[in-house]
Amino acid sequence: MSPTLIQLAYLLAAVCFILGIRDLSSPRTAVRGNAIAAVGMLIAIVATLLTRGVVNFPVVLAGVAVGSAAGTILAFRIQMTAMPQMVALLNGFGGAASALVSAAELLRYERAGELPNATVSTAIVLGALIGAVTFTGSLIAFAKLQELMRGRPITYRGQQIVNGLLAIGIIGLSVMVAMDPSQITAYWALFVGSLVLGVLIVIPIGGADMPVVISLLNSYSGLAACATGFVLGNSGLVISGSLVGASGLILTKIMCDAMNRSLTNVLFGAFGQAPAPTPAGQVEQRTVRGYTADDAAIVFNSARSVIIVPGYGMAVAQAQHAIRELMTVLDARGIDVRFAIHPVAGRMPGHMNVLLAEANIPYEKLLEMDQINPEFGETDVALVLGANDVVNPAAREEEGSPIYGMPILDVDRAAQVLVIKRSMNPGFAGIDNPLFYKDNTMMVFGDAKATALGIAEALKEL
Amino acid sequence: MLEDPAVALTILVLSLFVGVEVISKVPPLLHTPLMSGSNAISGITIVGAIVAAGSAEITNSTVFGFIAIVFATINVVGGFLVTNRMLAMFKKKPTTPREGS
Repeated sequence: MSPTLIQLAYLLAAVCFILGIRDLSSPRTAVRGNAIAAVGMLIAIVATLLTRGVVNFPVVLAGVAVGSAAGTILAFRIQMTAMPQMVALLNGFGGAASALVSAAELLRYERAGELPNATVSTAIVLGALIGAVTFTGSLIAFAKLQELMRGRPITYRGQQIVNGLLAIGIIGLSVMVAMDPSQITAYWALFVGSLVLGVLIVIPIGGADMPVVISLLNSYSGLAACATGFVLGNSGLVISGSLVGASGLILTKIMCDAMNRSLTNVLFGAFGQAPAPTPAGQVEQRTVRGYTADDAAIVFNSARSVIIVPGYGMAVAQAQHAIRELMTVLDARGIDVRFAIHPVAGRMPGHMNVLLAEANIPYEKLLEMDQINPEFGETDVALVLGANDVVNPAAREEEGSPIYGMPILDVDRAAQVLVIKRSMNPGFAGIDNPLFYKDNTMMVFGDAKATALGIAEALKEL
Repeated sequence: MLEDPAVALTILVLSLFVGVEVISKVPPLLHTPLMSGSNAISGITIVGAIVAAGSAEITNSTVFGFIAIVFATINVVGGFLVTNRMLAMFKKKPTTPREGS
């Protein structure tokens, strides 16, 4: 195929990606959108196979076969609760691929006895840098989410200095290689340094901040692809990569806004901080009465409207199907049930929605924070299930609180609040939650799944 | 081809704007599928990997290219399939109850 035709095929692929993402604007068209994007990818791959110079088909097809098999198994085996890990892993693979392509291109120039021009050499450097950081950063995020390593921030003295020096070193090497691409050793040092940097910048970030990290790494994987586009002089890659880059950046911003924190604070917040346990004296000792699932059932029995607020605890307990069961029982009694989804509930953007959809709960019942917040005042029961910080009224009322200013779901405005929780342990942020002590709050201690099922059973008997 | 860096930058900047416009319209309901789907799209780097691995002579570039193809294909195939799996679950009306789980 002529180079022009091939470039046009890439353009067509990019158009498919844009149309595909556009169809994600509604759940009705989203499946089609994903299919359109997949067709775009197929077009791009076929065009590449028809490119002059691509002749070693056994190697190419072997790679595609291995990758397809692994990808298919991953996609069908993965549990919906584990989606954050899955996305982190895929992000990492995308980054690794871009970094490797950048290295392969530099070696090809070297073998041919040529030197890339300034644009290409800059792109080769950026591809290696962003791709390698994305790869190892994503692997660490994966390990934290999969609980292969502890989710708590890992900090040590002088961390900022170590990272700063490494970053300066990498920038220095980057400039050096970009200006003189014959410096292969410097390139490899840059490559390895970036791999190390990816690890070091993610280990101090805690589990609850993972939505931001995943979004950001998502953006990086796009930017790495974009850099590859510059390396190869391929506008299709530039367009597609920047789409993903923009997507990740938008999600990153939404996540940061939903936590009322700056990106800098999320990324570097744990640095230089002495581990600060809650000063024991300051928290007044309050006691809370624990209720049972039967008590909760009585509350639901007289309710007409219920809003359920799921959090990460629901995912941990795999409680989404139990909630569906409870919802069916409430529905049968003519009780209006809706769900309130906080933007940072769970470990990645939109995670709760996927879990509830998996449990066959219609998406019309899933409402965003801004839509549902005015409704709590007119609701009989708010059921908080595995959520903590996102319903903490301290964010609204206590100026001294670390989460002050964070937008929350106003569950405390409901006539009755039911909180299902394992124990009185504070949430990830380690902040006491005044909601639990309010007069209109009932605490039901226990596993989210067992308790939800218990309430449903008790309701059937009433 | 993108010989002129200004042309490439033009494309980059314009497509960033397109991206922001299109992606801002995706509701939070679908943010997880958006991530996995856009993730699959970032696997477009497979194009570069095929070029690197597919050249006639077997060199270091072939090895890097091959590994890059494997990674990028996992990204593409895994990403689109899992996105499809998720999106298929979003229903407007409840369907027949599942056989418990």
